[in-house]
Amino acid sequence: MTAPDGRAVVEAREGDGAALRIHGAAIGDRIYSSAITFFALCVPLLLLAIAWEIGVAGWPTLHKFGFGFLTSSEWDPVKGEFGAAPAIYGTIVSSIIALVLATPLAIGVSLFLSELAPRWLRQPVGFLVDLLAAIPSVVYGLWGIFVLLPVLRDPVMPFLRDTLHLGKTGLFTGPAYGPSMLAAGIILAIMVLPYIASVSREVLLAVPRSQREAALALGATRWEAIWGAVLPYARSGIVGGVILGLGRALGETMAVTMLIGNRPEIAASLFAPGYTMASLLANEFSEASSDAHLSALMAVAFVLFVITLIVNAIARWLVWQVSRNSSGKTA
Amino acid sequence: MLAVASALAGTFAGNLMAQDLNGAGATFPYPIYSKWFADYATSSGVKINYQSIGSGGGIRQLTEGTVDFGASDAPMSDAEMAKLKSPVLHFPTVLGAVVITYNIPGVTKAIKLTGPVVADIFAGKITKWNDEKIASLNKGLKLPASDILVVHRSDGSGTTYIFSDYLSSVSPSWAQAPGKGKELAWPVGLGGKGNEGVAGQVKQTPGAIGYVELAYAKQNSLPFADLQNANGEFVTPTIESVTTAAAAASAKLPENTDYRISIVNAAGKGAYPISSFTFLLVYQTQPDAAKGKKLVDFLRWYLRNGEKTAASLDYAPLPASMVAQLEKRLGTIQMASR
Repeated sequence: MTAPDGRAVVEAREGDGAALRIHGAAIGDRIYSSAITFFALCVPLLLLAIAWEIGVAGWPTLHKFGFGFLTSSEWDPVKGEFGAAPAIYGTIVSSIIALVLATPLAIGVSLFLSELAPRWLRQPVGFLVDLLAAIPSVVYGLWGIFVLLPVLRDPVMPFLRDTLHLGKTGLFTGPAYGPSMLAAGIILAIMVLPYIASVSREVLLAVPRSQREAALALGATRWEAIWGAVLPYARSGIVGGVILGLGRALGETMAVTMLIGNRPEIAASLFAPGYTMASLLANEFSEASSDAHLSALMAVAFVLFVITLIVNAIARWLVWQVSRNSSGKTA
Repeated sequence: MLAVASALAGTFAGNLMAQDLNGAGATFPYPIYSKWFADYATSSGVKINYQSIGSGGGIRQLTEGTVDFGASDAPMSDAEMAKLKSPVLHFPTVLGAVVITYNIPGVTKAIKLTGPVVADIFAGKITKWNDEKIASLNKGLKLPASDILVVHRSDGSGTTYIFSDYLSSVSPSWAQAPGKGKELAWPVGLGGKGNEGVAGQVKQTPGAIGYVELAYAKQNSLPFADLQNANGEFVTPTIESVTTAAAAASAKLPENTDYRISIVNAAGKGAYPISSFTFLLVYQTQPDAAKGKKLVDFLRWYLRNGEKTAASLDYAPLPASMVAQLEKRLGTIQMASR
């Protein structure tokens, strides 16, 4: 995020140095450079201001419950007991389900569009996939309630549990009510799919023709060329797309709130209802009136903020690792 | 020239300021309030702005003095009152009720429930529809042996407050835990967002039970249970039985009541037990005399004219005896002297 901005600042300064020699351009350059610097600083300052504001508001709760706020499962606004563990767990698990389901699908779609699809099919299918990103979250939620949940309740959940005997794994047990971690994960998968697919497709299209031709010339089949030459080249870009999808999944609020069942409990089964941090905030913020409750919600917001930050940091590191490895290989 | 311009600007700004009253709060009475404000604007020319941001937000904004009046489904707590800079009066406007809706395959007639049985169902102590406690109330109905799925509100709401207030008053163990509040630590069940979230989940799941506002249930033709009241009668929730509950409760009020009262489980013939007022919150000493007068005028208007239109939007009007008491109470609102 800051890398392109940071680069812009450096370039402006270099321009500034050159301008010393050409007197006339100096003022214009200086205004330009300070304006750009200002814009570049605005974003991180805003981020810091938000973090500070949320942190200060949530501090009484974090101070009172300490580390227990992250590990306790009790969320009782009446008694003033607050523990965010189920919401943290739900946020992470629903996002993981979303990525597990969406990533292979998205890579498949983008490979099809970039490598296999006839030219006339590329545009319309690509357009439709992108269109998924334009649907408002509440519409996904409503669709989930009226279409996805009934289908999950019968036949999908009983099929997974009884016919495939996946109940024994512990992940697919319990009564099939519909609203569940699984439902939230599936709706999130659909929502993040266009982000991953769109980025992956662009990255795959950017792989040089010579890469494919070289593999084919060595006698590789089409599949081997894609697997061995195209995908490794595009790997860091695809990982970047997945991270973008993850960011979206972590923060998604409305659709998840409508489908996850909103129960602050940690359950191993994906059929059980759960909770996410974003849903918790959306549900309780408007009617929270006691100071302790408001502070607890702010603390949840702060934790969500920190987790997002950590996830993004890990993701950046991953992208950096992957791109370093693949560039090392190709060089 | 300049003087004229500034005078003009002054009257213009004065008009704008004086015309508008701003309020914020509860979402439950929003439909009837917006009808009242529209009707009142036509009849008096005074425009009233209302943001339905939720009772909690309304109380916060009133406390901070950013609105001229607040609105809340639950009366303000003592802790909330303590934060105020000057005293606030509660004016009940209309009544709402919470009904128990359900989806029992094969049952089309209204089922009968008592408060303690409802509390046991929502506490997860009664788990089957053919439980002896339910069956004995509904002789002649064939209740299935299926599991009960409890559905509650996931978002903080006055509806949950009224419902849990009722359960706390009929069940000592419910009063212990989870207690009453706009959000609870529910012992069992799924959370649905809003009336529509609960109703949708109940409609779709055989064996489900949930609670929604009476107005919402009526407008969406949901089935709802007859509930036993403090007199031992089974009462169908209707606008009349809700107003009856208010009349029964208000008849016992002392002369100097602040109206921060709960009327759940009211003892009165034909009174529906999960009924509640919704309130407008008004500073007793109005900081701005011009606005204060307009506000008092509006309050008088809703008591005299507004109540008549409440039932058209499925809200229960106040009983006539209370309207007279409240009108007298308008006299206690003072204007700050500048």
